[in-house]
Amino acid sequence: MSQVLTMNRIDNLFQTKKERVLSIYFTAGFPKLEDTLTIMQAIESAGANIIEVGVPYSDPIADGPTIQDSNQIALDNGMSLKRLFEQLQDMRQTVSLPVVLMGYLNPIIQYGMEAFCKKCQEIGVDGLILPDLPMQQYLDEFKEVFDKYDLRNTFLISPQTSEKRIREIDTHSNGFIYMVSAHSITGARTGISEEQIAYFQRVEAMNLKNPRLIGFGISDSETFTTASKYGNGAIIGSAFIKKIKESQDLKSDIESYIQSVIH
Amino acid sequence: MIKIDEKGFYGKFGGAYIPEMLHPNIEELRENYEQIMATPEFQKEFRGLLKDFVGRPTPLYFASRLSEKYGAKIYLKREDLCHTGAHKVNNTVGQIIMAKKLGKKRIIAETGAGQHGVATATVCALMGMDCTIYMGAVDIQRQRPNVERMKILGAKVVPATSGSQTLKDATNEAMRQWINNPVDTHYIIGSVVGPHPYPEMVARFQSVISEEIKWQLKEKEGTENPDIIIACVGGGSNAAGAFFHYYNVPQVRLVAAEAAGLGVTSGKSAATTVLGTSGILHGSKTLLMQTEDGQVVEPHSISAGLDYPGIGPVHAHLFDIGRAEFVAVEDEDAMKAGIELSRTEGIIPAIETAHAIHALNLIEYSKDDIIVINLSGRGDKDLDTYIKWGGY
Repeated sequence: MSQVLTMNRIDNLFQTKKERVLSIYFTAGFPKLEDTLTIMQAIESAGANIIEVGVPYSDPIADGPTIQDSNQIALDNGMSLKRLFEQLQDMRQTVSLPVVLMGYLNPIIQYGMEAFCKKCQEIGVDGLILPDLPMQQYLDEFKEVFDKYDLRNTFLISPQTSEKRIREIDTHSNGFIYMVSAHSITGARTGISEEQIAYFQRVEAMNLKNPRLIGFGISDSETFTTASKYGNGAIIGSAFIKKIKESQDLKSDIESYIQSVIH
Repeated sequence: MIKIDEKGFYGKFGGAYIPEMLHPNIEELRENYEQIMATPEFQKEFRGLLKDFVGRPTPLYFASRLSEKYGAKIYLKREDLCHTGAHKVNNTVGQIIMAKKLGKKRIIAETGAGQHGVATATVCALMGMDCTIYMGAVDIQRQRPNVERMKILGAKVVPATSGSQTLKDATNEAMRQWINNPVDTHYIIGSVVGPHPYPEMVARFQSVISEEIKWQLKEKEGTENPDIIIACVGGGSNAAGAFFHYYNVPQVRLVAAEAAGLGVTSGKSAATTVLGTSGILHGSKTLLMQTEDGQVVEPHSISAGLDYPGIGPVHAHLFDIGRAEFVAVEDEDAMKAGIELSRTEGIIPAIETAHAIHALNLIEYSKDDIIVINLSGRGDKDLDTYIKWGGY
């Protein structure tokens, strides 16, 4: 990693914080179209470390019912990539955490990959997670443009990912690696099993160059702490979506939830 | 030359845009399928089942009254006579043997109208494999008899309750379940869609259709090559099978009939080559119906089997390079063509197939032309739709 000259907030974060990094995912435009910035500000003030903004899609094949549902509601609310960029245009006036956009490839390709990456840099996005972008396609088609606009690219690995493949992913990743804790869609599991811990340990022993965040199945202080033992931190998605779905006071509910996870 | 490249692309279309969690499964299949298919052992079992279980070869039937009516030599490739009533079973027989060779214990599949679900449940019963079928909740209501057929055959039918609750959502759900059960489970995709190598593998299993057309036509007409082959296209598996051995025989015109629904400009259509643009759906880059913002649009067709917002990448390529002619057939015209075939030849076709029959009215040909229409399925499953339509 180019640790000297970078201004990228993801790099900066992992240079100073190696453990208990908490990343929070939410779907842009959910529960209400205009909640995006409010949610981001609350995640920051509550003490989380990375904000993952989900770009809603009609066919999110790696997501379980909770996130699917939030995607559909966001789309029904009128959310689109263009609208999202408008909402995020001035985010850097109020949000200083690293921001990662997470979304499926098709809406981004329709926007235009280069235009998308350029816009991301302009508004201060630091990285991307595109679950249906395979490594080979990334290398063949998109790596150059991601690099040009200083965007970190995060790949997922699962318990089925071979050691050889993990090494390749580590070589071609920057930012961090997203460890799917069970071979599962989002929101499908709760708690962490012995088997998963064996997998975390196996990957930990590989001494990868990239930091590792553990996702899928993290919902509270206990699971966060367990995951943080074996990685540099964890990602909460579905559990967070459930918390904000019924919220009457986003700022206060988000702050109390995140603080309950961290402490 | 129409040929898949080493990365799984037909020209600009194809590939494997899949979540990393599916990478091991797809890689396992990609690395092994060609080799497994090439073994004499596989071929013996596959060919044996196609003959004795499916009932192949299916006849290539000269439709004399239809020929007289349209002024051409029209042959019908009778896939409707396959066991379970459509071409779908050619693929499921191939894939179930593949799954066994890969050591899988469990089968999952998506289905729209239920034909692929029934064909999958059938081969699972045949092989004693555990079978779960994902089907849109709306389709479960619309296609009750097929749901019961699957259950009789021992399959579990699970409703997909997201989105429009039809084929697209059933496919999403099957992919999610595959992510959740990657080790022991094989996903039998029912059309020439999905991530590489599925489109090519399914096309190869279905290619038995054009393989038979070649020798059957040679017997009847002294030539392997018809002037025109017509097939309907939803995802496009029967068309891929009927076109396969003719892709690179340029004098054979390939005609693909898409579902125009209530009309291509009505907002209720499934005519993907007219309304679609390049994008990524269910793991491959292809033509698909989408909004400007890249959200997938809900299609419409009276035929559940054509009610899909994309087409297989090979068809997107055939369209792109102009190798196939695409025509769009409206619901009403397809229904009338179904009645027409019933009364001229005594064959009630599936409504999907009826779209291909109507294409005779939309293309040019001359009196001496030999036209083969792939009669992909029979109409038993569609009786309710015929009755509700009522125009007979």
